[in-house]
Amino acid sequence: MEPLQIAERLRERFPEDVREIKEFRDQVSVIVKRDHILDLLSFLKEEPDIQMDFLKDLTAVDWLGKKVPRFEVVYHLYSIKFRHLLRLKAEVPEEDPVIDSVMPIYIGANWHERECFDMFGIQFRGHPDLRRILLPEDWEGYPLRKDYPLEGYKGEKDWSGFREVLQIAKRNKKFDWYGAQER
Amino acid sequence: MSNITMRELKEDIRTGLKTKELVLSMGPQHPSTHGVLRLVLELDGETVVKCTPYVGYLHRGTEKLCEHRTYLNALPLSDRLDYIVSMANNVGYVLAVERLFGIEAPPRAKYIRTIVSEMARLSGHLLWIATHALDIGAMTVFLYSFREREWLLDLFEHLCGARLTTSYPRIGGVRNDVTEEFLDSLYEFTEEFPRRIEEYETLIDQNRIWLQRTKGIGVISAEEAINWGLTGPVLRGSGVPYDVRKFAPYDAYPWVDFEVPVGKNGDVYDRYKVRMQEMRQSNRIIKQCIERMPKGPVMAPDAPKFTLPPKEKVMSEMESLIHQFVLITKGPIAAPEGEIYSAIEAPKGELGFYIVSDGTGRPYRLRLRSPSFVHASVLPRLCEGHLVADVIANIGTIDIVLGECDR
Repeated sequence: MEPLQIAERLRERFPEDVREIKEFRDQVSVIVKRDHILDLLSFLKEEPDIQMDFLKDLTAVDWLGKKVPRFEVVYHLYSIKFRHLLRLKAEVPEEDPVIDSVMPIYIGANWHERECFDMFGIQFRGHPDLRRILLPEDWEGYPLRKDYPLEGYKGEKDWSGFREVLQIAKRNKKFDWYGAQER
Repeated sequence: MSNITMRELKEDIRTGLKTKELVLSMGPQHPSTHGVLRLVLELDGETVVKCTPYVGYLHRGTEKLCEHRTYLNALPLSDRLDYIVSMANNVGYVLAVERLFGIEAPPRAKYIRTIVSEMARLSGHLLWIATHALDIGAMTVFLYSFREREWLLDLFEHLCGARLTTSYPRIGGVRNDVTEEFLDSLYEFTEEFPRRIEEYETLIDQNRIWLQRTKGIGVISAEEAINWGLTGPVLRGSGVPYDVRKFAPYDAYPWVDFEVPVGKNGDVYDRYKVRMQEMRQSNRIIKQCIERMPKGPVMAPDAPKFTLPPKEKVMSEMESLIHQFVLITKGPIAAPEGEIYSAIEAPKGELGFYIVSDGTGRPYRLRLRSPSFVHASVLPRLCEGHLVADVIANIGTIDIVLGECDR
């Protein structure tokens, strides 16, 4: 089935949730509301002539100052049997960045969701183990948000582990190597 | 020991010994974790009760860096993902950008790219069989397969001057044309290589220790593997013939003849078999590409808008000088507004690039879907309930590189 047809099927089945269908370079993205994301995904997975059984990727995009629901959580779904790809984008507002975890349907979403939380600060409701994954646990801020500076926060707001290393380096610089040898 | 009195000890012996679970932190500097992976294992005797992987020791923020660079400048960052097969990452990146801009490389460039990405697959698999066998206890294979890997790296050096961080493909083609000597020596390699694969197989294929360490270990069924999002040889070892080269062909793959080997049981041994067969197929692809290589340019006609012209042209032609000046100072022309997901079959699995463009010369968001990240997440599923020794075999079989996992 063509991706555009699948998108139309999805709109027929969930007229309330599907907001927009876009096509660019033969790839179709469907913008949906976040409320029933689990129903949408399980429909796409279970329907016998769609069978999107493979979650290729899960990530988010920050549209700071460009769109009103600030975040979009992006799902790339693929059917190994029918070889079609569909992109689902769920809108998540800034003031309440929460969306249902899709782990009950695709268990492979586990680390993708953790990374999404790590980088964007989006909470996944129902995730069993939502911790930071790539960054240290005591890191402050969410680096892939557009308002996070490229070089990170400097000075006092820098990561405590890095400040520790700097202090050790400073201390070692002061160390009197020659005196120590004589002793 | 000193805290236990003799009386308590006697009590223990009479009532049966008390046992408790041992927590073992394996890594991040353990040699068989292939980089800086840390596993926290909770052990009951020799059985793993719980396995928690910790990644991120090599996180460099590649995705954030890409947002602040032009499409042209972000190419060298892709070298540093999976640093042992950087050529394949380069090809994946330039393909994604080409699809976004809507340009196509000329046929000769496509053939060259296919050759280099298959060479990358060979060198990646050779490193994998070397380290995997070394971890399990067969040291000899390491020495043999590094001999061939050196041969391939020398060929890379001949082609582009670098052995590991190649940055050879360009948006719209490749940096320079291949020479006849390069093709000749590569053809010589393809003639010789199948015999070398047999050599490795005689070393381990019938080895009783190898069979005991690999058969029936780390079993994952086809359905479960798909649900976990596994790709590449790990998925094919479970019997799913999913291969991006066949399912969504790119470059010269639709024009060459090759098979996709699949396993049956989905254990460590089947994945080993799949990778060995894949090396033979890669060899076949390279051979066909050399034989059918067409003549012609290696850069798309509209490529000057995206890629720096060769140095000798900059020195002699006015137009090239202008292109170089504009590209360096202003960056490539603005990309069309839109988003694209483009994937290639990297040696480890599906390497995907999701690029969101807002109509400027830099990607608004560039997401890397790396196979190693997904494969590392399946480790607890493979290890729990098995012996500590099998953890090593499982890390080897999913074939992760932490540079790609942590990005």
